[in-house]
Amino acid sequence: MKRRELTAFGFLLVVAVGVALREPRFLTPTSIESVLLWLPLILVAAMGQLCVILTGGIDISIGSILAFAGIGTGMVFRASPSLPVPIAFLIGLTLGLALGLVNGGLVAVAKLPPLIVTIGTLATFRGLTFLLSKGDQIDSSMLPDGLTSLAHTGLPLGPITISYLLMIALTVAGATAIFLSLSPPGRAIISWGSNSEAAFLRGINGGKVNWLVYAVSGATAGLAGVMYAAKFGFVNPGTAGQSFELTVIAAVAIGGAKLTGGAGTVLGVGLGCLLLSVINVALSLLGIDANWQMLAYGVVILVAIITDRLGNRSSLETAK
Amino acid sequence: MRFSAILLAIAAALAAIFSPRFLDFHYLLDKSTLFTGTGLVALAMTLVIINGNIDLSVGSNIALTGCVAAKLLQAGYPPIAVVLLGLLTGTFLGALNGVMVAGFRLPSFLVTLGTMAAYRGAAQAMVGANSVKVPEGFTGIQRQLLALAPAPVVVFIVMAILAGLLLHRTVFGRWVVSIGTNESASRYAGVPVERTKILTFALAGLMAGLAALMEISQLEVARFDLAKGMELDAITMAVVGGCAITGGKGTIGGTVSALILVMLMKTAMGVANVKAEYQLTAIGVLLLLAVLVGKLDGKFGGRKTRTSTKAL
Repeated sequence: MKRRELTAFGFLLVVAVGVALREPRFLTPTSIESVLLWLPLILVAAMGQLCVILTGGIDISIGSILAFAGIGTGMVFRASPSLPVPIAFLIGLTLGLALGLVNGGLVAVAKLPPLIVTIGTLATFRGLTFLLSKGDQIDSSMLPDGLTSLAHTGLPLGPITISYLLMIALTVAGATAIFLSLSPPGRAIISWGSNSEAAFLRGINGGKVNWLVYAVSGATAGLAGVMYAAKFGFVNPGTAGQSFELTVIAAVAIGGAKLTGGAGTVLGVGLGCLLLSVINVALSLLGIDANWQMLAYGVVILVAIITDRLGNRSSLETAK
Repeated sequence: MRFSAILLAIAAALAAIFSPRFLDFHYLLDKSTLFTGTGLVALAMTLVIINGNIDLSVGSNIALTGCVAAKLLQAGYPPIAVVLLGLLTGTFLGALNGVMVAGFRLPSFLVTLGTMAAYRGAAQAMVGANSVKVPEGFTGIQRQLLALAPAPVVVFIVMAILAGLLLHRTVFGRWVVSIGTNESASRYAGVPVERTKILTFALAGLMAGLAALMEISQLEVARFDLAKGMELDAITMAVVGGCAITGGKGTIGGTVSALILVMLMKTAMGVANVKAEYQLTAIGVLLLLAVLVGKLDGKFGGRKTRTSTKAL
């Protein structure tokens, strides 16, 4: 493991051991399963966000994409309940991809700053979600049982059940790792993020890189939307995915990805996601108010960017 | 500026067609008090954006400052002390952004993304899901008339004039613009870059603090979700008003006309019973259109743009 991953792993170890010492119930299969229940949504969306952040961009709109894809998928199943369950993931992925391409186009073709683009689409996509659903919520009665059961059933690993959702998320993470480290487009994303001038001179097309990463981010957020429907059994057009981007960006940051681009690994981000899931479950186990959660995410983001900068101070001074 | 003037005319014309009640001056003046908080924040956002930065934490700053102020009022502090402490809290939170941006040389969008979560999270940790009631005696600022207009509107107009003078008529204002145009050139020219950035963020915090006090006085309660999403409105106003999102360009006059445009749009949509979520979409589209038009303007104006993936 590299330094960034080791830091994330160290944090995870400290928090997990600390919580386990204070509250032994943390090590029971039930608690561990509830940690694993949190994981798939964050992990899948974090893979897309990692690709975006590797280029030095950011995607704030994922929460709205999640809601749009969740609602859209639910509506398809409301109209034709007999469709096979795997189709749900295909629909969510496609809807997310479509919205991601809107972001990609605005960044790659219109060359607008990603932050402004995705702040704008955060609002626009949320409105689209309302237009699509006419303000109605998707309830569990409209979702096939085969979908909602994916969050709770799976393959047993000792006393713990690894849910099918988690398996899908781990597959996506594995695919992202292979994509980023072995495929030419994946390498192009990383080299564009670490030095766009050099990447440009090496013949990498920045426009294509941008299309790609925002499309991937949209598609993974769409998948997360289907997982949201499976996990919660409902999708509300107003509240689904609210502030989701903060959770995911915090996970990517704590996982050691450089938020200014160019560095970050799937393993590190995976550990970051696991850490946030542990924190979520630990807060309730230790009887700490869930109200502290957002503060914790904010502090995580700030600490991550400041420690990253302090670690690179010397190289920064010469670069200036 | 030209762009926003054209949009202003279009919006007003559409609004007048769609709702006859809309052009009633008193109705508009009445509604305008709802936009003074956003307006104050938009003034400060103009300076921050011209300075080449962005502040996503303004809405969260308002929430935290509003909750602190409401708690202090409940604890029996006199209103004047609460006003001072509220302004101080807001300014402190803004300056903290500035110190992290200028001191650690971090991108402002990341710092303020973190503080956006942290400030609102702190407000939530403090008051939970409860509404903190604002005692009588501090409420109803919108019913106070100053020179025939509701007090918040007068406060906004005074602040807009001061902001305009600060940006366009003082040395500090020139520094704000020159750093946004070319930071290293400004540094070589002896501009105190760090100090100016911190002061600009502190000013944004001060405006957020002022907005928070006026908001809780009007709403009569403070909650952790106060002013949620206000950064979208404020950034939209600044960008529609002609601020270049990359810094160095923009005017207070532009932002004020964009504020009037957004206010007309939202009031018209409110009168026409358009749901809040669709209003959100309209603002989002407006923001995207404004940056697109600004980009085209730059292209035809001869400035070259290169593909960049940096977030801001």
